Amino acid sequence: MTLTEPAIVAEGLRKQYKEKRALDGFDLTVPPGMVYGLLGPNGAGKTTAVRILATLVKLDGGRAEVAGFDVAAKPRQVRRRIGFTGQFAAVDEVLTGRQNLRMFGRLFHLGAKDAVRRADELLEQFDLIDAANKGVKEYSGGMRRRLDLAASMILAPQVLFLDEPTTGLDPRSRNEVWESIRSLVSQGTTVLLTTQYLDEADQLAERIAVIDRGRVIADDSPAGLKNRIGGDRIEVVAYQTADLPAVAKAVSRAASAEPEIDDEGRKVHAEVRDRVAALTEVARSLQDQGLAIEDIGLRRPTLDEVFLTLTGHHAEEEEGVVA
Amino acid sequence: MSTPSIVRPGADAGGRPEMDVDGLGQRLHWAVADSWTIVRRGLTHYVRQPSNIAWQLGFPIVSVLLFGYVFGSAMSVPGGGDYREFLMPGMFGMTMAMGFMNTAYVVVYDTARGVTDRFRSMPMAPSAVVTGRGGSDLIGAAMDLLVLAMTALVVGWRSDGGLPATLAAFALFLLLRFALIWVGIWLGMLVPNEEAAGSLFAVAFPFAMISSVFVAPAQMPDWLAAIALWNPVSSTVTAARDLFGNPVALGDTWVEQNALLMAIVWPIVITAVFLPLAVRRFQRLSR
Ligand SMILES: Nc1ncnc2c1ncn2[C@@H]1O[C@H](COP(=O)(O)OP(=O)(O)OP(=O)(O)O)[C@@H](O)[C@H]1O
Ligand SMILES: [Mg+2]
Repeated sequence: MTLTEPAIVAEGLRKQYKEKRALDGFDLTVPPGMVYGLLGPNGAGKTTAVRILATLVKLDGGRAEVAGFDVAAKPRQVRRRIGFTGQFAAVDEVLTGRQNLRMFGRLFHLGAKDAVRRADELLEQFDLIDAANKGVKEYSGGMRRRLDLAASMILAPQVLFLDEPTTGLDPRSRNEVWESIRSLVSQGTTVLLTTQYLDEADQLAERIAVIDRGRVIADDSPAGLKNRIGGDRIEVVAYQTADLPAVAKAVSRAASAEPEIDDEGRKVHAEVRDRVAALTEVARSLQDQGLAIEDIGLRRPTLDEVFLTLTGHHAEEEEGVVA
Repeated sequence: MSTPSIVRPGADAGGRPEMDVDGLGQRLHWAVADSWTIVRRGLTHYVRQPSNIAWQLGFPIVSVLLFGYVFGSAMSVPGGGDYREFLMPGMFGMTMAMGFMNTAYVVVYDTARGVTDRFRSMPMAPSAVVTGRGGSDLIGAAMDLLVLAMTALVVGWRSDGGLPATLAAFALFLLLRFALIWVGIWLGMLVPNEEAAGSLFAVAFPFAMISSVFVAPAQMPDWLAAIALWNPVSSTVTAARDLFGNPVALGDTWVEQNALLMAIVWPIVITAVFLPLAVRRFQRLSR
């Protein structure tokens, strides 16, 4: 396979769980050497897509190739070329970090010496040397995640699947994991990563596919996507509900779209183009009118707002979904 | 940051052409090698948490002391004989019978935490996940038996059956444990999470107790005796008592008279039923 051939091709993937269509005509082409983000709300089908591509789940329809091999026909060949990190850190808690990596190295069919050496390399690369001989039970969430990533990097895979790699991590651990992912990509690995955070996709991914109800509804660069869904939001929290119309008026002067008023939260928010200019203008105009406010700030559109814009409906939260 | 020293398969497929050829011999080689890696993982668990073995053995050892000394004088063995001598093979059998909970627990843990999925996403032999588990559980069971036998010797238990018969008796215990590995794997994949795994005790406890472990079935109410007689644990324990030359308390039912036969037949039947069930459950993970 040549370097320009796609790392992942999925055509019309379908997967049915009883009544539920988890994937319904899922198409995706991932060029090699980039981070590709799969963005979607709970139950959109992100995990199902990744598990099919990582040969863990059989597909009901469609066709998928990873690293040039068909996932259904050549799972073994695919497994030699991928790394997989599921939604929870899948490492042995009783073993030490080093023992984990050596075990997985042996199971990736490295020789005894190679497994030992590779474990040490990865411990160093993922900044786990100091904790190498501690039981994983004693690791923090971020350390576990990094060990988990290290385990999926043993063969320096061509394609790495990461299912919500930072969910449940504090901001510091999240940054550590992001750093690790960036350094993997710099070594030539293609990464397909799922996330519920627009922010994360924006930070890491060169391209983002938004999925909803088992299919890709938008596939773009972060910049392109932001153009389509509008830029950042300005948000003003008033002290009194009575002030809201006046606040909205002040906001509307700087906004690029009609402000939305949230009575319950005593909030006015609107899309803005020029972030800082808008913030200054709104603040000044509120001050001129002598309107006291509780808070003012800029924020990214939420996933729900992305969905509203792209699909016209809110991201549906299914009850009782345990991915 | 160090640069990876690992050959990237596929990127230079020409360099390692054997990587993608899966001859039967090679598959067999990896099935064995990968199983051994998983067995070593299990053994490392024993080494890293010796307290687990203590817990596991605590129950039978406490039972030995409780039943042997507290109730022992009040208990009588039908047909005569020392109760403590009668009890010891029962303790061995009980430990084997309850052992499937350990198997199940690790399977639940691995499945719930995604370790099983990690294994399945790797180029290792899929069968090794199961055979490796079985291997390390059998080694663990052998260690259990060793510790129990030593405890039993301390409290005065002896085997009068000679070396071959004694070893045969221990082999029967391991055979029972082997059969129950598949039950453990199967149940482990049925149970959704670790909390729920505790409820397996509700299965293990009666399975071990409603048997000839503590008393002869003849001393139980009829309906209970019927269950106890046909409990695979009873056949193993009864056959072992006979081989050890310990008091047996043999009734005249067919299943007691043919305890040795049944101690071999039961594990075969259990394996024949639960091995395919466990394999099918494992394959269903990819549904
Ligand atoms: N094993 C399964 N059995 C039955 N239904 C399933 C199974 N796996 C997934 N589903 C259903 O398929 C749909 C897609 O699930 P999936 O886990 O792929 O979503 P997701 O995008 O990963 O969600 P999350 O953000 O919650 O992880 C959901 O409605 C889910 O309930
Ligand atoms: Mg998911």
